[in-house]
Amino acid sequence: MSALNAKLGRDLWRMKGQALAIGLVISMGVMMQVMMSGLVASLTETRDAYYERYRLAEVFAPVVRAPEHVATRLSQVPGVAAVETRVTASARVDVPGRDLPVAARAISLPDRSRARLNDIHMVAGRMFDPTRPEEIVLLDSFAVAQGIGVDDSLGVTLNGVSHDFRVVGLAASPEYLYYSAPGELMPDDARFAVIWMGRSALAAATQMGGAFNEALFSLARGASEPEVLSRLDAILEPYGGPAAFGRGDLFSDHFVTQELSGLVASSTAVPPVFLAVAAFLLYIVISRLVQSEREEIGLMKAFGYTSTEVSIHYMKLVLAIAAGGALAGCLFGIGAGRAMVQVYLQFFKFPFLVFRLDPASFAIGVSASVTAASAGGLLVLRRVFALAPAEAMRPPAPADYSRAGKAFSGIARWLDQPSRMVLRRITRQPGRMVGAVIGIAAGMGLTLSMITLMAGFERTLDLSFTVLDRSDATVVFYGATSPAAVTRLRRIEGVTVAEPFRQVAVIMSNGRRSHKGAITGLTESPQLGRAIGPDYLPIDLPERGIVITPALADILGVGAGDMLTVEVREGAQPVLRLPVAAVAQSLLGSPAYMDLDALNRAMGQGPRASGAYLRIDEDRRTEVHSALKDMPGVAGISLKDDARIAFETIMNTGAGSTRYVMGLIAFIITFGIVYNAARVAQAERARDLASLRVIGFHTGETAFVLLGELAVVVLVALPIGSLMGHFLSSAVAKGFSTELYQIPAMFMPSSHGAAALIVLVAALTSGWIVKRDIDRAELISALKTRD
Amino acid sequence: MKDLDQRTTTFSTRGLTKVYGEGHSAVHALRGVDLDIGRGEIVVLLGPSGSGKSTLLNILGGLDRASAGSATYEGDSLTDMTDRALTTYRRDHVGFVFQFYNLMPSLTARENVELVTEISRNPMGPDEALELVGLKERVDHFPAQLSGGEQQRVAIARAVAKQPAVLFCDEPTGALDSSTGRAVLRVLRDVNDRLGTTILIVTHAAATAAMADRVIHFADGAIREVVVNETRTPPEEIHW
Repeated sequence: MSALNAKLGRDLWRMKGQALAIGLVISMGVMMQVMMSGLVASLTETRDAYYERYRLAEVFAPVVRAPEHVATRLSQVPGVAAVETRVTASARVDVPGRDLPVAARAISLPDRSRARLNDIHMVAGRMFDPTRPEEIVLLDSFAVAQGIGVDDSLGVTLNGVSHDFRVVGLAASPEYLYYSAPGELMPDDARFAVIWMGRSALAAATQMGGAFNEALFSLARGASEPEVLSRLDAILEPYGGPAAFGRGDLFSDHFVTQELSGLVASSTAVPPVFLAVAAFLLYIVISRLVQSEREEIGLMKAFGYTSTEVSIHYMKLVLAIAAGGALAGCLFGIGAGRAMVQVYLQFFKFPFLVFRLDPASFAIGVSASVTAASAGGLLVLRRVFALAPAEAMRPPAPADYSRAGKAFSGIARWLDQPSRMVLRRITRQPGRMVGAVIGIAAGMGLTLSMITLMAGFERTLDLSFTVLDRSDATVVFYGATSPAAVTRLRRIEGVTVAEPFRQVAVIMSNGRRSHKGAITGLTESPQLGRAIGPDYLPIDLPERGIVITPALADILGVGAGDMLTVEVREGAQPVLRLPVAAVAQSLLGSPAYMDLDALNRAMGQGPRASGAYLRIDEDRRTEVHSALKDMPGVAGISLKDDARIAFETIMNTGAGSTRYVMGLIAFIITFGIVYNAARVAQAERARDLASLRVIGFHTGETAFVLLGELAVVVLVALPIGSLMGHFLSSAVAKGFSTELYQIPAMFMPSSHGAAALIVLVAALTSGWIVKRDIDRAELISALKTRD
Repeated sequence: MKDLDQRTTTFSTRGLTKVYGEGHSAVHALRGVDLDIGRGEIVVLLGPSGSGKSTLLNILGGLDRASAGSATYEGDSLTDMTDRALTTYRRDHVGFVFQFYNLMPSLTARENVELVTEISRNPMGPDEALELVGLKERVDHFPAQLSGGEQQRVAIARAVAKQPAVLFCDEPTGALDSSTGRAVLRVLRDVNDRLGTTILIVTHAAATAAMADRVIHFADGAIREVVVNETRTPPEEIHW
């Protein structure tokens, strides 16, 4: 090994503490990039593989009832690759020990063969025997959530008739990765069941012999989905029911796609910010590191090394740290990505994993670190090369403070000498101080944006469940029924308020932009379910027009006063032109509100309700639940407490959960930045500090000179960090918002306080570590070494 | 020649030993040194590199600790002092002058001196100290604006401003040309004359020995020879 390389190794060893701290910061930035992109790539691949392996249909066509022979015509539609017909039915499951019934869907599978489309993945037990109509296969996630096992019996109401079924197997299905009970926004495993049974058994129970009520299709390569959809609609129109739809409108796929795109958004918006901060810090620290080697650089030049040789030597040092950190970041990223993917596998209920890494993320991470480090190193080297090599042979020239001394001389007069040292060091090299300030401010900005994000999640929950929805329970009927159903609800003892609402499936469009969703009709001045304005006060729904949320206004590109085209997808399917009356606050889903009477008029029907919000007397809860359970026409009941828990679960285990990991990384980066600032300052001043100790300054007094500087830098950084965090917060909150929920970036003084506190704690800890080193510093050797 | 009063001993060492490292790699920097230094003496410690002279200076100056033996200052044991007590000892009684000056680059000449006078019990005025070293005109200059000799004189002013009982100088002229070096030695001599400060000078420059009351030759961690000068040569007559 050459002497230079030996020097390189020993230099690295000597500065191992600082090298580690620098490497750690950059590794965190790279790790974030690799982890998030790997997570997205793996989950997308896994989803696609799961869909393919179990042949999830690309088009779904529900009808009221169509004879089986229609299937042949359907299979001849150009673009259709395969057709599968099936029978499905709404059902209610009585879960032992639960006073409310659970909504369910019964789905047929072919009696004699595997399903051509929408096959299921057996998790436990066996497939039903088609000759035994009492045998069923139950959705695994529901069974787990309710503690139901193979061989348990299950009471199921199908078509008004109670059946006693036996669960012979548990299965998962790509069609039901996610599902929610009727009328509910958030998926909840425990409150919706799927039952698979033999086609003939289900057809017998639902009087669908020789007929089907849903057709599934896979498409030929290159087929146009909209064309196929309209042809299928034309064929199926005589058989009733809503229009055919593509896989993208399947609730489960829609939800999974939303969550994945949430991850994509947060993985493209957030990690680059982290990486940029880490790279900037790397640049600052590396340039100061090389600066402190000035004397040795001069010495090597004096020995006759060329500038190129010296540059290569120091670039090796710099790159060893930067590339080492980046590689560690890649490895951490792979590890963390794998761990996160495991969490998401459970969340999405994928039965297997296709782990993928995104090579681009490695390239981005490594090149960002290497570029930042090289830039920092080369810039300083160029400056050093401008000096005569002889400089190294002389005793170190004291840094020139004559100009800095003039600055603030008025203030300096009132300070003691140690304070003057602090002041002049800061004013002598404002560039360096600005770098340190921005570095720490950026760290604080990261932390602040993560804290704001966490508060935003809380806010979303609070707003949704205390301000927007003030009901205790929501009852959903089978379809739109007469208001008499609501009157019956009011008569239940213990129900104090019952407020009807109507939900209508629609496609809203403005020019080319469209959104498939629902309009909720609310009564005049409602008490329980309300539309809330930007000031968090309820909006009076106008006689005419529609109130939409900011998220929807964004999607459709409209504001108050603009016109929307609304195609109703049920009943007579009218097409309406409605003005946007107002844009209301909602952080959950993308609801659109209308006055209930206006909605019913627009539908060309008399008064109708599709459900009701209830307020229930706390003491009579159980009685109310059992009355609801026995009430005909009730498709589902959701309790607000359950819904809130379901929502919390989604936010804490889905795409939102990465916020905790990101928060931790933000904290590590912030700490690393502050620690590095303290360490570099200490390295630069080792000699001055030792001199002070020799003169007779106690360790505390000596530390003041160094830590005073850190304190000033940190204090200046706090307000700047506050400001940076404020702007970062909006970007981060946007990255975490999905169609399902929006996360606001709110200004909250407490978040700023918390972020400042974290920076201060990091500064105090770093200061303490550095002071410990000052206490231990060997005075003689510090004095003998020249700078 | 100044009278040496053996009853007013400032430093006293007995069997003073310093070992760096352990086992085979152990280096014996001091091997049982017995020495007494009187108040107001100028003592020059001579010897090749590694002979132990700087180690002795560092231990007496409270910058390092002995491995064995005793060292006392005015009867107080330096070897038993805590770190904090050693700091107080340096602060109240000791001045240092180093080869590389060790000035604070961010403070002017006067402020560098004030750095010490602010924490001393009985200091002289900073301007007075700088006048003593002949830098009255340059008090507001920063170290970067001073020559090497001037910087060393500021360092001396800083060291003497607290009116220390003892002044330790480690190669004070090592980085200076001979005429500047002579000026610096002149200042040390003046300080000794006017304030009665005990001065210990460690140097390679044998010629410096002529200005001392006593010259102690070191070799291999022990005192090889002690020479008492009958007359002290004025620094301006010293050549090297």
